[in-house]
Amino acid sequence: MTSQSSALSPQPSRAWQPVIGLEIHAQLNAASKLFSGASTAYGAEPNTHASVVDVALPGTLPVPNIAALHKAIRFGLAVGGRIARQSVFARKNYFYPDLPKGYQISQYELPVVSDGRLAVRLDDGRTIEVEIQRAHLEEDAGKSVHDAFHAATGVDLNRAGTPLLEIVSAPVLYSPAEAVAYMRTVHTLVRWLDICDGNMQEGSFRCDANVSVRRVGETKLGTRAEIKNVNSFRFVEKAIEYEIERQIRALENGEAIVQETRLYDATHHRTRSMRGKEDADDYRYFPDPDLPPLTVTAADIDAIRVTMPELPAARRARYESALGLPEADAAQLCSDRATTDYFEAVLAALTAPDAARVSGPSAMDGRAANAKLAANWVLGELAAALNEAAAHIEAARVSATQLAQLLARIGDGTISGKIAKDVFAAMWAGPGDADTIIAARGLRQISDSGALVAAIDAILAEFPKQLADYRAGNGKLLQFFVGQAMKRTKGQANPQQLNALLREKLGLRAEG
Amino acid sequence: MKNLSIAQLAQSLRARQTSALELARGALAAARNKATLNAIITLDEAATVAAAERADRTLARGDAPPLCGVPLLHKDIFCTRGTRTTCGSRMLEDFVPPYDATVVERLAGAGAGAVAIGKANMDEFAMGSSNENSFFGRVRNPWDPARVPGGSSGGSAAAVAAGIVPFATGTDTGGSIRQPAAFCGITGLKPTYGRVSRWGMVAFASSLDCAGVLARRAEDCAHVLGAIAGFDARDATSMDRPVDDYVAALSTSLKGIRIGVAREYFGTGVDAGVDTAVRAALRDLEALGATLVDLSLAHAHLAIPAYYVIAPAEASSNLARYDGVRYGHRCRDPQSLEDLYTRSRTEGFGAEVKRRILVGTYALSAGYFDAYYLRAQRVRRLIADDYAAAFAAVDLIAGPTAPSIAFKLGEKTDDPLAMYAADVNTVAVNLAGLPAISIPAGFSEGMPVGLQLIAPAFAESALLSAAHQFQQHTDWHLKTPGNSP
Repeated sequence: MTSQSSALSPQPSRAWQPVIGLEIHAQLNAASKLFSGASTAYGAEPNTHASVVDVALPGTLPVPNIAALHKAIRFGLAVGGRIARQSVFARKNYFYPDLPKGYQISQYELPVVSDGRLAVRLDDGRTIEVEIQRAHLEEDAGKSVHDAFHAATGVDLNRAGTPLLEIVSAPVLYSPAEAVAYMRTVHTLVRWLDICDGNMQEGSFRCDANVSVRRVGETKLGTRAEIKNVNSFRFVEKAIEYEIERQIRALENGEAIVQETRLYDATHHRTRSMRGKEDADDYRYFPDPDLPPLTVTAADIDAIRVTMPELPAARRARYESALGLPEADAAQLCSDRATTDYFEAVLAALTAPDAARVSGPSAMDGRAANAKLAANWVLGELAAALNEAAAHIEAARVSATQLAQLLARIGDGTISGKIAKDVFAAMWAGPGDADTIIAARGLRQISDSGALVAAIDAILAEFPKQLADYRAGNGKLLQFFVGQAMKRTKGQANPQQLNALLREKLGLRAEG
Repeated sequence: MKNLSIAQLAQSLRARQTSALELARGALAAARNKATLNAIITLDEAATVAAAERADRTLARGDAPPLCGVPLLHKDIFCTRGTRTTCGSRMLEDFVPPYDATVVERLAGAGAGAVAIGKANMDEFAMGSSNENSFFGRVRNPWDPARVPGGSSGGSAAAVAAGIVPFATGTDTGGSIRQPAAFCGITGLKPTYGRVSRWGMVAFASSLDCAGVLARRAEDCAHVLGAIAGFDARDATSMDRPVDDYVAALSTSLKGIRIGVAREYFGTGVDAGVDTAVRAALRDLEALGATLVDLSLAHAHLAIPAYYVIAPAEASSNLARYDGVRYGHRCRDPQSLEDLYTRSRTEGFGAEVKRRILVGTYALSAGYFDAYYLRAQRVRRLIADDYAAAFAAVDLIAGPTAPSIAFKLGEKTDDPLAMYAADVNTVAVNLAGLPAISIPAGFSEGMPVGLQLIAPAFAESALLSAAHQFQQHTDWHLKTPGNSP
């Protein structure tokens, strides 16, 4: 902690209300660039994914990538936004070495998406509705490379022209936590829609935060500062927290806030001024004369609409209402497209006509029981294994089909839940599916009363003192005998059956 | 072979009376003989010979397209793979493109088989009406070396007029094909915006730039347009619609064709000699069966101010890429990024280019955008509407291409506004995106005068056939320097 940040009070003063708007840049996962056929793959040798268009050779012209447009429309439909029948590309003019044309092609007056809304669940259980003012297509710039040459800066144009969707929220977020929750919801959504890989380390998903504060009760917005290019959730939260504190402190000291662009310093968790409004570029936006307006027909939109997946909020609601999952489970499963897809696949395999069912009085209850079992395993054992392996669910070493088979064996009584964890670990560690491992290791649950009675007789003979104590009235010893019998059967005894037989042997009535 | 039509050359080539190689060598020799015109920036002898030999092989197979083996010059604004493309600027003095412009590709070996002998001089970045703005020196008019050839396609016009090549490519943003064609006594065709791909054509003002052709005859232009026109997926503004058979359409008679005579094109700025020649040409058209209809284009007087806002605005952005970072002129020992930008651009651009970048930057700036750029766009719409209304009543619109004959070298270089005013009859056509042609229509003071015909969008066939019919009955286009009346 620096002296500067430690001088700040940990909580914003009650007299002030922070107001935050985010501009999120999501790199669209189109195979080629927004205006050229060059690849958008990350990590190639510098300037190997730069075509004559990306290098801005004289006489080259941009041609819009319709796949990128369709991805933008998917986002627009997901947030219930207005899809412009005609959107216009505009030039944003400024000089910078990583901007080959001397202008960035963006959208200004007529963005492809406007007036969307996104419901955001906060950690405290509240849900806020965030207005998305616009989402527009634009091309990314290249990168300046400062460490490759002595006393000179290199330019890598591989990223130049990569399609971005800039998603602009209204200034309706009132705390760092709300801002981060909104950013996470957008992050989930763009990956859910398969329009952005969401990789924040590679810069595929990053954001600028506009932050201002005002007196509680004031309706006019305060002067804002824009924090540029923050690429992690934690940093966004920290940067906004710092910025709010800085502004409140300044205002309380009677200073005015200057409209400016600030950079976040992740090492010291503070923001510093990059340039003030007086240095701000005049971008001289005007419609790009190389690009006719992008026309989208109602049929185009309908064609995209039918390919839309069930959205996170709808799926979460369905998990709660139709599958009866607890709210927390539903939310966790739907935090990520890959996780919910995995869960859906487990559930589908479990409830397939030929799959063994978890018994229940009705099909509805059966489905709910299956769902709860699958949810417990996906969020429990599987999540833990993934966590330990630091792997994402797409790299899970137990497939959804394999897990479904395992759960079916719990359901049909072949193995107990406890044994199932061992089978899961074996599947994770090596080859073989549940049935093979159960058979090979002889893990099949013992439901044969003869074998169980023999085991019970043996342990009662082995522990005469305990038996005498039990008979003298120490009822707690029942569990001791269950444990010993389990141990003797290597955990394979069917627990319900073992319990019943033991009670019978000890002269007790079966429960219930 | 001098001054034969493309059709006549094609016939001679097929009759083995000449070869592509002989035509190419002849063109190279003529280019050297006429070096004082300074019409050419780069001659590429080795590539010319190779292309001619290839054309001869194609001709020998017997299935060659009409332009096969015919020599030409490309305006140095078209990118040519392996041959430097300067755009008349120090900025691109050493720039060798790794790709061909669509126009170049379609005319070359794999396409029409024409033989490009080199690159024609031009005003820097096509900004100019006199070809006095080239880093490679001014071009002289073959009819009078003390006069300008017009611009910006001045090198192309001078080379065709001097008989170096039967045709040349050009570009027209505000008259840059038609005005030099008029000044040099040849035919110049500016097609509809979107008819010919702009891919590989160095941009000046993207919404106005058009590739076209300069040749002796309308018939020659028809052959060339047929080869270069058509949709190109690499240019989002190129139009995906069928290309007419322009050569077949040439025989269409002028009978019943209604030609609008726009009052505004005969205003006070038009020289008496030009007025006389153009009115005589109109009477010839009438004699051939056309009907002359008086008409007015109410917003014509706003074309120059609108053009000189829109074109520089687009240019200021289009020319931002010349920053000394990736290619083109780079100053020595830059001390900082700012220094690299400032000196590279200060040294690389000429005065007229700088003037237009400044004007355009100003017009797009916050606080001025509405008053200049947006207002100019509204005027542009009014001008296009005027033409649309006029074409409800007429098939073509006629007038002088330029208000004067070719002026003297240096005469207007100190007065940019006078220079801009000379574009008065051509720029409106670009603002409306229409096709137009300038054809030789007589002489004044021993210098050629051009008649401009304007047609509705994509009516190049009507334009070319009217010009061709006129040229079947007149011989102004066959006059060459040295045999003027």
